[in-house]
Amino acid sequence: MPYTPDKKIIVNDVTLRDGMHALGHQYTVEQMRGIARKLDEAKVDLIEVSHGDGLNGNSFNYGFSAHTEVEYLQAVKSELTHAKLVALLLPGIGTIEDMKMAREAGVDTIRIATHCTEADIAAQHIAKAKEMGFDTVGFLMMAHMIPTADLLKQAKLMESYGADCVYITDSAGALLMDEARERVSAFRSELGCQIGFHNHNNLGLGVANTVIAIESGADRVDASLAGMGAGAGNCALEVLIAVTDRMKIRTDVELYPLIDAADGLVRPIQRRPVQTDGNALMLGYAGVYSSFLIHTERAAARFNVDPRDILVELGRRKMIGGQEDMIVDVAIDLANSNQ
Amino acid sequence: MKHKVAIIGSGNIGTDLMVKILRTSDTLQMGVFVGIDPASDGLRRAAGLGVATTADGIDGLVNHPLFPEIEIVFDATSAGAHRKHAVILAAHGKRVIDLTPAAVGPYVVPVANLDAHLDSENLNMVTCGGQATIPIVWAVSRVAPVAYAEIVASIASISAGPGTRANIDEFTETTSRGIEQIGGAKRGKAIIILNPAEPPMIMRDTVYTLSAAASQSEISRSIRETVARVATYVPGYRMVKDPVFEDVAVTMPGIGMIEGLKTTVFLEVEGAGHYLPKYAGNLDIMTSAALQVAEEIARHLERRRVAEGV
Repeated sequence: MPYTPDKKIIVNDVTLRDGMHALGHQYTVEQMRGIARKLDEAKVDLIEVSHGDGLNGNSFNYGFSAHTEVEYLQAVKSELTHAKLVALLLPGIGTIEDMKMAREAGVDTIRIATHCTEADIAAQHIAKAKEMGFDTVGFLMMAHMIPTADLLKQAKLMESYGADCVYITDSAGALLMDEARERVSAFRSELGCQIGFHNHNNLGLGVANTVIAIESGADRVDASLAGMGAGAGNCALEVLIAVTDRMKIRTDVELYPLIDAADGLVRPIQRRPVQTDGNALMLGYAGVYSSFLIHTERAAARFNVDPRDILVELGRRKMIGGQEDMIVDVAIDLANSNQ
Repeated sequence: MKHKVAIIGSGNIGTDLMVKILRTSDTLQMGVFVGIDPASDGLRRAAGLGVATTADGIDGLVNHPLFPEIEIVFDATSAGAHRKHAVILAAHGKRVIDLTPAAVGPYVVPVANLDAHLDSENLNMVTCGGQATIPIVWAVSRVAPVAYAEIVASIASISAGPGTRANIDEFTETTSRGIEQIGGAKRGKAIIILNPAEPPMIMRDTVYTLSAAASQSEISRSIRETVARVATYVPGYRMVKDPVFEDVAVTMPGIGMIEGLKTTVFLEVEGAGHYLPKYAGNLDIMTSAALQVAEEIARHLERRRVAEGV
């Protein structure tokens, strides 16, 4: 059923997880505490804290965070009076051992993310998460890459493993408005579990597509303060709440604390502006994983090649989330061919 | 004289291994090919190639008239099944090469540590990613101590079988341990990516090591020698570009700052196209490495027999 006026939309903040990408995973514990406090004050439902690439993401490939995950999780947990704590896990990077650590640190909701065609590698993790008592979410990344019917099959797998909610995750910020609507509507009519929507602002559709998802029947939506996230960032939380308030869509989230936090806490610590600038736009245009952005700009500078050429080549090679190692591989190939 | 072997498991790995033995081995001879599904493509193919088969699993093998002549048994089933098979095969004094994640015996990566385990009754082949990347970590370790090593294995989605998919944590955990135990890194980490691109991508592996400061040319030379040696038993194994070096000071959460030399190595593993398509380098490197282990064991047994005058 599409949105009805009495339906409460569940808001999942990702400033402290997707936002890690934008900061090269370098939040201080105090920054996380301060942001979490304001989000909690605003009555956001869910707050995600993890390495940008999920639990155990610390690596040369994705970058090392400033602190351990357990430090971040425990610190944020201690600030929360209303919101539930969320962690992300990508099978192939993190393992069930990391889920156990998260549970002990006070995580309530675990989101198990796979590439949109690989739901079956999450069967074990989703089942185990349910057994451990987590509110469990399946997260189908790069959802623009396959047709709606195929995406729906993967969602049904995740539902069959026990997921309480399955997300359409537009990791490349590449979904057009009708494509977003079609996917959410299909999930709504075919799934019994909750439906979620996560996206990036690479084509400037961050808030618009999230509103479309709500109108089409999404139960949970992701957003981050000032859009703090990979690529051009996510759907901006404070903007989303302003729009949904005007539309009389019920989130029960307060606007002013979000504006205060976005302007006062998040924008000042951004190292590179999180916005739809040229390279970020290219992600959405070429359909490339948003967290490739900063790694690509670094490789472009180091090997003296055009970052846009790297992104286009990554798209041509059909690289998916997690293959950050191929950015340097491509940059070297381009540098060699320029000689 | 060729040494008779049996293969348990009539899936992709077992069947590819059989084809390799029949086509390429001067040392080994197919004895019995063992499955549990009479309708499996592997069993039908084996029968068609004139290989003795049984569809009755480990019991069918033990009761087979050729069983007493079998010296080496490959197990390409599952970790759970292998734990049972290992006990039975050990009681019969067979040498066992385990291609499952069971790890009953020591991990072996031929180029790095096979010589130390030629007398072991049961050897484990780690993982596909481990066979591809541990040699590089080992090559760097020979030149300078490695504080941390990390690998990223990307394989074609279609080449990841149901066993891998159902328990992907086994890949990351086993490979990490292999990086430490055989590669010699103080800390190991493994990441696996399944990529569904069409046409399917050839297996790619990236290895990062953080070692003490050392001569880049010496590390390069060690890596090149090692890659050439792996390529003698995995013909499609290659380094696709020169190693990338960087002096770094890395702060790892919970560990602290480590200064040293970061080395990045880009690898590609193309399969031989025996039973499996060429993109499935991840499966080919397992069967090729297992074949290498069996051939070395066979030669070792031969030498021992000569020495003992049997």
